[in-house]
Amino acid sequence: MPVDVEARVIANTRLSPDYNVISLAAPAIAAAAAPGQFVMVKLGHGSTPLLRRPFSVFEVLRTGRTVNGLTLLSKRIGVTTQMLFDAVEGDVVSCLGPLGRPYATIDPPAEAWMVAGGVGLAPFATLAEALCARGTSVTLFYGARTGRELFYLDWFRERGVRLVLATEDGSLGDRGRVTQPLERELQAAAGRDLMVYACGPEPMLAAVARVAATYHRASQVSVERVMGCGLGGCYSCVIPVRQDPTGRHYVRSCIAGPVFAGADVVWE
Amino acid sequence: MPCDLTVQIGTLTLGNPVIAASGCFGYGVEYADVVDLSLLGGVAVKGLFLAEREGHPPQRIVETPAGMLNAIGLQGIGVHRFIREKLPELRERRATVIVNICGSTLDEYVELARILSDADGVGALELNISCPNIKEGGITFGCSLNGTFDVVSAVRKATRLPIIPKLTPNVTDVASFARASEEAGADAVSLVNTFLAMAIDVETRRPKLSNIVGGLSGPAIRPIAVRMVYECRRAGKIPVVGMGGIASAADAIEFMIAGAYAVQVGTANFVDPFIWTWLVDGIRDYLQRHGIARVRDLTGTLDTTAREKEWTSS
Repeated sequence: MPVDVEARVIANTRLSPDYNVISLAAPAIAAAAAPGQFVMVKLGHGSTPLLRRPFSVFEVLRTGRTVNGLTLLSKRIGVTTQMLFDAVEGDVVSCLGPLGRPYATIDPPAEAWMVAGGVGLAPFATLAEALCARGTSVTLFYGARTGRELFYLDWFRERGVRLVLATEDGSLGDRGRVTQPLERELQAAAGRDLMVYACGPEPMLAAVARVAATYHRASQVSVERVMGCGLGGCYSCVIPVRQDPTGRHYVRSCIAGPVFAGADVVWE
Repeated sequence: MPCDLTVQIGTLTLGNPVIAASGCFGYGVEYADVVDLSLLGGVAVKGLFLAEREGHPPQRIVETPAGMLNAIGLQGIGVHRFIREKLPELRERRATVIVNICGSTLDEYVELARILSDADGVGALELNISCPNIKEGGITFGCSLNGTFDVVSAVRKATRLPIIPKLTPNVTDVASFARASEEAGADAVSLVNTFLAMAIDVETRRPKLSNIVGGLSGPAIRPIAVRMVYECRRAGKIPVVGMGGIASAADAIEFMIAGAYAVQVGTANFVDPFIWTWLVDGIRDYLQRHGIARVRDLTGTLDTTAREKEWTSS
């Protein structure tokens, strides 16, 4: 059951001129959130912005066994992300969640391959923790425009996650799209039991779903659509999924997703 | 002082005057985990045709200054699945259900009214003759006085449920549509549906909505909606259910002073799904503060008398 928390900003770390990680005192949401779930965020009570915006829960903050908050990974592109970038300790962020269907975790000895594009890294910190705790071997395929926009690499390494990097300018890892090393490794992984998880721009998700299907692998993708409410009320965030007999059907990504089986989505 | 918050629309009694607006609250059941549906005056469910509909392709909404445009295109599960899959839970949650119905033809409205009259747990019918986002039906009735009269008369003959035509603001004189509805036997009118509007991405020169145009809602439209409720109140005797950008108890009270018996809340629910209790509490507080025993006594109490300018020196 989602709750609405007026969460105080504990810290705001700028990772680059566009990216930041904001820490929010929302322990009730953090404790209940499963990997892949999201929160609907609003800053201030005015009409600009009017609507909340969806963000994946990035990290769950703990002191010992006590959960004291969560973080959001944000890229500055609009009004809300600008406000999140500028927020300072003590500011209050209205935070509704946790919402949506999470990633389905898998049992060992299976391997988990997480594929992240840009700010699509967000759901993979909590997923990696959950999977590592179950003894699953985890690999992160992580792509961005440049090496300066690949974040939290040591964080993942410290947790035993194997990293495969790709940048469009070739400054770190493979030059080009992250799906290239993914496909190369899928070719070499015949016979191994693995699940592909993805989050990033929709063309990347479509490519991941396609390449996973080519090698007969299941994939779970987290989509981001323009969302109004996060609770199924407005029908704005729909995505077409396969359905018989009509072929396709719009479902609300806030409640039927944001995580879908890659094979179920009709990629346009 | 205890306040009487009940409101009467035809034979339907609402526990309070705050209703969730159609198209902004799914089928109600989506919110059952966060809101006690029995505490709302009513739940106007998403507009239903006879058949299922897919709606428009995304992008379906875009935020605009103090508001939003939508062009959902009435995606919906159709009346039969609604009765089978949603109505039992709404009954169980003791929601006061107002079913919003849409037709491409007059016969479809009549058929929907007949089917819903036989269903257990429907409190009233809201006739959607005002959706700006679909070409066929609906709005063609709502933009013509004869069309409005004809559809309301036909549904009146088919059901004993209270009927509430939902009016479009995209006409020159909305009050004449309230009068036509009254003459045709409606129990109330609700207004306003959204204002037909448009937003363009200037870098790509592309419309921001796939449907190119959409309906504007939210605080941006509130003063126009208040004026239209005021005009309808003055034009006839039919109860008015007011809506358009209500986001606080004061906003709801403003509509009631202008002439609304009840109000609907849409866009603000997207921002705060917990808005309902504090809207109702805020209205109750206002009535107590002003010594008004019954919320219906607030309706149409706009004071336009000339007054001496008062001032105090202290």
